[in-house]
Amino acid sequence: MTIAPEAPALPTEADASAPTLETKGVSKSFGGVQALADVDFEVHAGEVMALVGDNGAGKSTLIKCIAGIYPLDGGEVFFDGEKVSIHGPKDAAKLGIEVVYQDLALCDNLDVVQNMYLGREVRDFIGRLKEAPMESKTAETLKGLRVTTIRSIRQQVASLSGGQRQSVAIGRAVMWNSRVVILDEPTAALGVAQTEQVLALVRRLAEQGLAVVLISHNLHDVFEAADRITVLRLGRNVAVFDRRTTTQETVVHAITAGIPTKVAGITTE
Amino acid sequence: MSVEPATLEGAPPSSNSLGAIARRRYEAFKAGDVGSLPIIVGLALIVAFFYSKNENFLSAGNFTNLMTQMAGVTTIAIGVVFVLLLGEIDLSIGYVSGIAGVVVAELQIPDSSWEVKGILAIAIAVTVTALIGGLQGSFVALIGVPSFVVTLAGLLFWQGVILYVIGDAGVIIIEDSRINDVANYFFTDRAGLVIATIATGLIAVTTLSGVVGRRRHGIRTDNLILVVARLVLIAALLFGAVIWANKERGFPLAFLIVLIFLVFWTWVAERTTFGRHVYAVGGNAEAARRAGINIKAIKIYVFMISGLMAGFGGVIFAARLNSVDLNAGGGTLLLDAISAAVIGGTSLFGGRGRIISALLGALVISTVGNGIDLLGYSSAIKYMVTGLILLAAVTLDAISRRRLERSGR
Repeated sequence: MTIAPEAPALPTEADASAPTLETKGVSKSFGGVQALADVDFEVHAGEVMALVGDNGAGKSTLIKCIAGIYPLDGGEVFFDGEKVSIHGPKDAAKLGIEVVYQDLALCDNLDVVQNMYLGREVRDFIGRLKEAPMESKTAETLKGLRVTTIRSIRQQVASLSGGQRQSVAIGRAVMWNSRVVILDEPTAALGVAQTEQVLALVRRLAEQGLAVVLISHNLHDVFEAADRITVLRLGRNVAVFDRRTTTQETVVHAITAGIPTKVAGITTE
Repeated sequence: MSVEPATLEGAPPSSNSLGAIARRRYEAFKAGDVGSLPIIVGLALIVAFFYSKNENFLSAGNFTNLMTQMAGVTTIAIGVVFVLLLGEIDLSIGYVSGIAGVVVAELQIPDSSWEVKGILAIAIAVTVTALIGGLQGSFVALIGVPSFVVTLAGLLFWQGVILYVIGDAGVIIIEDSRINDVANYFFTDRAGLVIATIATGLIAVTTLSGVVGRRRHGIRTDNLILVVARLVLIAALLFGAVIWANKERGFPLAFLIVLIFLVFWTWVAERTTFGRHVYAVGGNAEAARRAGINIKAIKIYVFMISGLMAGFGGVIFAARLNSVDLNAGGGTLLLDAISAAVIGGTSLFGGRGRIISALLGALVISTVGNGIDLLGYSSAIKYMVTGLILLAAVTLDAISRRRLERSGR
């Protein structure tokens, strides 16, 4: 099954193998509301796949299904080409799927190291924290992401700027040999300079071989950071674009007036 | 990934020379992170004031007196710190501590069919109060009843239980000397010095092994001069207290117990996963939940700690009076314990505070109480002064929080 046959979806160079993460025909409804209907989605290692759509298009629902927060009503999820079932956030984490939520979920009263290791602290057999390895690994991870603006990793997260906090949240997501990183509106609350920093960081994640999903309202950001763009509308697939061969106008049109590529019960092929 | 020799800093390399540390501390202070400074200054002022009024205030006799007076409140306040770190409150600690006193007193009644003595009686009493704390915590964690209401109910209920058990007798005398020793035993001069030496040695060893461990991982260690200075200060305080107390009755066992509690619970709060998770839940419960931390279990454990420490405090009070009566756990005990934690610098809003604040706050409250008694003023004055100090402490906390937020630190 190819995604969106009408859309000019050109395969990127990373396309050779199976997608790292793929959903086929995913459906989800809340009571009478169909939030997702028969949605296909894929992301390869080494690419940034943007997920765009208007409010209520089903972006958040889709990632929450992938992250194991909502159970699926229908459809299948594949990881490295193999069918998997994700029953909770722990299953997703075990596969290497990490989500950086919009509100970052950082504890302001803890320092950078403590936040990076929250819930997965390194300890010895009597439950004692091993601060030294945690501190050096945190420094190493942030350096690997070239996050250089944080003065001390022993300062409280409360004292960091928005961009720095985002960097810490992303650093936490990639520290665990993760394969897929999903970023929910990572630039929503940031100024211009900090947005640039975070987008550069997003690109770097893909360069390091991760599959990155970028959810955003801001098409400028999407065109700066993404390789491909998946558009959802009213819980259905509209199109998948290659960033190099499309324009913002085309994407905006797809977001606001796109025609679903698949309608329930009807196959477009 | 290019490996540069640079540390994480982009801007000024945060060196750990003494000057740089002083500058950073000063900047943090300006930004609203005042640390323990206000309380130490406040304490110095209080001591200076009472000493100028009455020289006996600093006498060895009054000093040992003060140490045993504050042991109970400090112990209970340690539990309060944990509860406040979660952003919860426990109003039942006063009467729960009374329950521990009643249990100990009932168990040791000579020739009764259930007679249990000494350490075992104390262990049973604090187990009972820990379970009470766990029960109350379960209502908070599992059902979601606000802790204020659950523990307010506890306050009423356990007061009722104390009145019911003690009944018409009005008082139960504790004759078991091993229980009474908890608050009335004073070490010999020699034993006091030995204890101070052992304690200093232990602190030196743990500090050094920490420094060595960090060196081995190649991460920055604290400035060595500061590390040594801190060690010397702690040793001086310990030996000073022992030598001073030795001029009178000697170093009290009750205060040694308090010090052991302080060290142990500080270790739990700052060096274990559990402690880290308590801070996380208090700082951002949702973030903690998403990080996979079992919030409900943490809450129940913390209320158990609160009950446990209230129990130990209650035993110390009962031992000091050699009895429990209808007032056990009543009076201003609850408010003193909560005030101690807050005055010591633990935030009521959760996530901020250290175990040592129980000691610092209890020192302030007990010093004021002790000084006012010594000068012969009435309780009226004592309550008013303590009230003002509490208000000042909470105001300072609120201001420093606001400045921290505004300066984005």
